[in-house]
Amino acid sequence: MRRHLQLSIKQLTESYINGQLSPLSVAEQALAQSTNLKTLNAFVCIAAEQALQQAKESVRRYAEQKPLSSLDGVTVAIKDNFCTKNIATTCASRMLKDFVPPYDATVCSRLKEAGAVILGKTNMDQFAMGAGTVDSIYGPTKNIWSESFSEDNWRIAGGSSGGSASAVAAGLCYAAIGSDTGGSTRNPASYCGVVGLKPTYGLCSRYGLIPLVNSMDVPGILTRSVTDCVELLNTIAGPDIQDSTTIRRPYKKLKLPEIDQIDLRSLRIGIPKEYNCEGLSSEVLETWTKVADLLECAGASVRQISLPHTAASIFVYSILNQCEVASNMARYDGIEYGHRAADERSTEQLYAQSRAEGFNQVVKTRILTGNFLLLRKNYDHYFEKALRVRRLIAEDFIKVFEPPTTEDQVDILLTPTTLSEAPVYKDFAALSNRDQCAVQDFCTQPANMAGIPAVSIPIRLSRAGLPLSLQLMSNNLNEQLLLTVARWIEAQVEFDCLESLQRHAACIRT
Amino acid sequence: MGSYMIVRRLATQPKLANAAKRKWKSVVGLEVHAQIASASKLFSGSGTGFGAPLNTAVAYFDASIPGTLPVLNRKCVESGIKTALALGCRVNEVSMFDRKHYFYADLPNGYQITQQRAALANDGVITFPVITPGKKIYYKSVNLLQLQLEQDSGKSLHDEQLKRSLVDLNRAGLPLMELVFGPDLETGEEAASLVKELMLILKRLQTCSCKMEEGALRVDANISVHQEGDPLGVRTEVKNIGSVRSISQAISYEINRQLELVADGGVVTNETRSWDADKRRTIAMRDKEVLQDYRFMPEPNLPPLHVNLKPGSRSTEDLISVAALSEEIPELPEHTRQRLMEYYKLNAETAIILVNEPILLEHFESITKSLPDMPTKVVTNFLINDLLSYCNKLSLDIADCAISANALRDVLKALHSDQINLQAARQLIPLLHTNPTADVSQLVKENNLEQISDLNTIEAYCREAIANQPKTVQQYQKGKSKALYAIVGEVAKLSAQKANMKVVVECLERLLKNK
Repeated sequence: MRRHLQLSIKQLTESYINGQLSPLSVAEQALAQSTNLKTLNAFVCIAAEQALQQAKESVRRYAEQKPLSSLDGVTVAIKDNFCTKNIATTCASRMLKDFVPPYDATVCSRLKEAGAVILGKTNMDQFAMGAGTVDSIYGPTKNIWSESFSEDNWRIAGGSSGGSASAVAAGLCYAAIGSDTGGSTRNPASYCGVVGLKPTYGLCSRYGLIPLVNSMDVPGILTRSVTDCVELLNTIAGPDIQDSTTIRRPYKKLKLPEIDQIDLRSLRIGIPKEYNCEGLSSEVLETWTKVADLLECAGASVRQISLPHTAASIFVYSILNQCEVASNMARYDGIEYGHRAADERSTEQLYAQSRAEGFNQVVKTRILTGNFLLLRKNYDHYFEKALRVRRLIAEDFIKVFEPPTTEDQVDILLTPTTLSEAPVYKDFAALSNRDQCAVQDFCTQPANMAGIPAVSIPIRLSRAGLPLSLQLMSNNLNEQLLLTVARWIEAQVEFDCLESLQRHAACIRT
Repeated sequence: MGSYMIVRRLATQPKLANAAKRKWKSVVGLEVHAQIASASKLFSGSGTGFGAPLNTAVAYFDASIPGTLPVLNRKCVESGIKTALALGCRVNEVSMFDRKHYFYADLPNGYQITQQRAALANDGVITFPVITPGKKIYYKSVNLLQLQLEQDSGKSLHDEQLKRSLVDLNRAGLPLMELVFGPDLETGEEAASLVKELMLILKRLQTCSCKMEEGALRVDANISVHQEGDPLGVRTEVKNIGSVRSISQAISYEINRQLELVADGGVVTNETRSWDADKRRTIAMRDKEVLQDYRFMPEPNLPPLHVNLKPGSRSTEDLISVAALSEEIPELPEHTRQRLMEYYKLNAETAIILVNEPILLEHFESITKSLPDMPTKVVTNFLINDLLSYCNKLSLDIADCAISANALRDVLKALHSDQINLQAARQLIPLLHTNPTADVSQLVKENNLEQISDLNTIEAYCREAIANQPKTVQQYQKGKSKALYAIVGEVAKLSAQKANMKVVVECLERLLKNK
């Protein structure tokens, strides 16, 4: 095992400064390891040449004692729905199989400007439509914690940012960028035992993120620790002139207090009762209770609250998602870029055939449904109504975070991220995409509806030896408090993400 | 008028006995797409240069490259607001953008970003003079229902022989203002007059070049006919109207077509028709027959557009002040006409012509300023009857005529001081046009254009004319005073149009009285 993986990003770059480690050797090891762990199928594309070039430049900068930032020389991976200049960006679809963007997404350019070494692009569900990273033209991504890799008995990585979560969990990189529309970063983080942050909507630029649902998409961050997550957030967050929905206020970098400086006595934790839902595994419920107790013992006030419109959320999400998908996918006609069918009898034939061949069944179903819901006769009944209910869901959160009287106020919500440990592929694949998402996104998508930040952190292993995680949510732009509490919990539970590597090695040997 | 004839024919049809006395009415509403004069596109940083090589003025966003996002061009919003204010609109404090979906090869996103639910501005009005040849000028007011911002599409080029379509995205994403006018017009002439006035206003505001030939201003007309007292008839939409003249022709044609159709017992179908300027008729467009459902949806990548409506407010980096923009609105054409009529005592026709030709107006104002004693009538007559007619005869746009205001002033000065006569002044126009830097007095000398006012010389010409025209002289002396002009004409001819006519008349009267 590579010992440097025990280091945090901060410790890693310190070791670059004092010469103990070199960005180049770390990058080389990562590239080698990514080949060894190919079975996981975390990456859809390794950009070895560019990565080594970036690592060499980083080495030079450290030699000149001019590192660009505390991220200089740190290995990162990017989900394949972020545009990367001169590196194919496929959204794991046939439609964009050969699409090489002429520009970098803001998230990528900021990482590059900070000196990060981009190893490659990670696997996902086609156009991020899924919760398992099983619907990819490159095949599914496997969870490194799986007890078995035989046939269909391995565990899914979760999705749709499963490749990113898997890459971080497997120690292939220090951090990975995912995207989160309904839980796509937090869900695989939960299953793979890593930290997964969905920042406040508008805090991180979506420029260059190939959209799923524009009004909910956010770039997500996957790391092995909360402090690493802060390093990434501090690099990518902040206004972007190219994305009119970013918050105009300048971003103030987060700085988390040391563990022993964290005082929870004035903290008010809310436990939304609606999240204790049908299908919640007893192990997750236990974990939830345990952490609530931990917080209470540390002096926080913990109480049950209600978010009454939670149950409606998944339906609203489904409608808005399909409508925006229908619209966003309209550009894929094979004219300017993307898959173009051979049928050129007419422009209409060319469109129809290109789209028929380029999209999978999940994408096509959502396009068809979305267009139906947007028809003039249906608009008010579905889309408009869904927007109204979305407002109610958002107001549920406002009512607990900013109530008229402070006695009712809570600062942080504690909930499950996923209802269970990572499912076995065979069981998961037996469900339709629609059912997969309805179950998987239950606890995560309300935060996307409201735009609020949420983070999933691993807590402990299940009896089957799989990560169990919990989710924290806070009011808009309160990442400081959200991640402070997350860091405190992380320190208490001492979850060891890297245990997966030893287990995996043992599993492969047997 | 053709439509008048048909109305009469219909009214006498026995079949329509009940409706015999009910007149047919035509109703016309216009939708105008005006490209906003702007250095960059509505939502991208790409340039807008007309005539740039194909597919060179295209930002990633304009080609719908995945992951790109629209960024609203502030300058375009300001132009839209100025135009809205000039047309008396209510500018909305919050307006929004929507996606309008349809598949077309020159629409790379598969949708157009427009303003459907909440437009930039509503409820304006345009008042304009209607000029119909042979009829009295009258004013008409038409409601402007909505002014919205939207993207232009690209252009498809079809090669019928090779069965190939090519797409040029230079136009994709250019900023447009769509102006939707109420169905308040009745004739093609009224429609053309509206568009003329709109063009004058937009040019004053510099918010649109209004070059219809470049597609910078495009007009669609909705046309229907109905009998007085009945609800509006089924309408057709006429597209591809490429010039102001075509607007009048296309609409008149379509009104007549519909009237003839219903006269023969036919029914007007709701369809889109295209104006064929060569064959001078409208033709049904085949590809627009299917009723489209555009599946409108709010554009999620653009936050609602807020403007500051507070009186006295100033614009900030984040918020445009409507009050501040209203101060930038220049004098509008109608105001100019009123000023010309009140201050310079010009008649309506003259004021209208001067305002229609901004260059003439500029010349007029500059000349009257430097020659305050000159009767304005002399100036306008010369500018309109002589200069403008000269340009029209050469099919020359007055804007391309090289003669400067200073040169015109010198000509009029010479005319006013009797140095030259009107004939000579007219002769100077082509001379100045070919040699714009020439000195007027020099030209007069070189071309021997000085007026002859010397009494003796004139008397000699007069005597010769009298001798040449004995019959006319006789008529004059018998009391037919108008006959004098024929003798005056003779003098003009003898003097090569150079004699001072005032002096000639006096001289002739004296000579003929003495006889």
